Amino acid sequence: MSGGHEHGHDHDHPHPFQPDDDAGGLTEHMALVAAVRELLIEGGIYSAEDERRAIERMDARSPAAGARMVARAWVDPAYRERLLADGAAAARELGVEVGPTRLIVVADTAETKNVIVCTLCSCYPRWVLGLPPAWYKARAYRARVVVEPRAVLAEFGTQLPDGMAVRVHDSTADMRYMVLPARPEGTQDWDEEALAAIVSRDCMIGVALPRADAKAA
Amino acid sequence: MSAEPIGPHDLGGAPAGPIDAHEHAVAHWEKQVDAMMTLLSERGHLKVDELRRGIETLGADAYERLSYYERWAQSMTTILLEKGIVTPEAIPAKVAEIKARQP
Repeated sequence: MSGGHEHGHDHDHPHPFQPDDDAGGLTEHMALVAAVRELLIEGGIYSAEDERRAIERMDARSPAAGARMVARAWVDPAYRERLLADGAAAARELGVEVGPTRLIVVADTAETKNVIVCTLCSCYPRWVLGLPPAWYKARAYRARVVVEPRAVLAEFGTQLPDGMAVRVHDSTADMRYMVLPARPEGTQDWDEEALAAIVSRDCMIGVALPRADAKAA
Repeated sequence: MSAEPIGPHDLGGAPAGPIDAHEHAVAHWEKQVDAMMTLLSERGHLKVDELRRGIETLGADAYERLSYYERWAQSMTTILLEKGIVTPEAIPAKVAEIKARQP
């Protein structure tokens, strides 16, 4: 979050509406968006209610959905097979709607690490991971991960063993990838919920590895 | 490496500095842009490929200068104008109305 508003004080004064959004005032693009939005609503293309619901659906999506799929795949070999065969169908099995695009799940092994990117834009499996982080959409990640993935992973604090292959998957509008990381050592006795808790967004993008010691105390 | 980039969006292998891994909250106006795309697409007014075409033809300067959802907003506006879903006269009038409404 941006914004320098400290909340250690008493709340006896009115707060500005969404201070983060207001910080720079109304930019030209914000005014353009507001104008086009109102014209579409006035023109009956969609309603303010439709917009509110769309934003609610967007906010409801999070990496927790992907983490549930990963944890299920770790404990249930048959689910793992279905997940790798058809990611969208396997997501729906767990009640996760994935829209019209294909979801391809790529599995890490002891020899291979997978990483996802969209070099041309920002395609991302948002139905199972929520909205992408800013860095996923930015120049540096898109430019570099396809040519020096090990260096990029190292910047995220992920050191791969020598000899491990790295496969970088470049997404498209119609085909999104998600990484199924390898189940870490030391988690043999864990239940699905505990397993899901160590599967972060970055683990499913592929720039991080799940670790048994990441479990919440 | 392969051929020349096909446009400013074709970033694979391009020179670039370190990754800024800071998390950024998505502002409400940005969610409205995202919702606009979803709703227009669901209703058959705009396809994701059209959104991309609009972004990929912004020109290198604008592509670099604009933020992520600013590019979307610019692209969607262009395509809505092309399709006559909004008119070129209505936008500046509405922008003026919105600015006048600001405190």
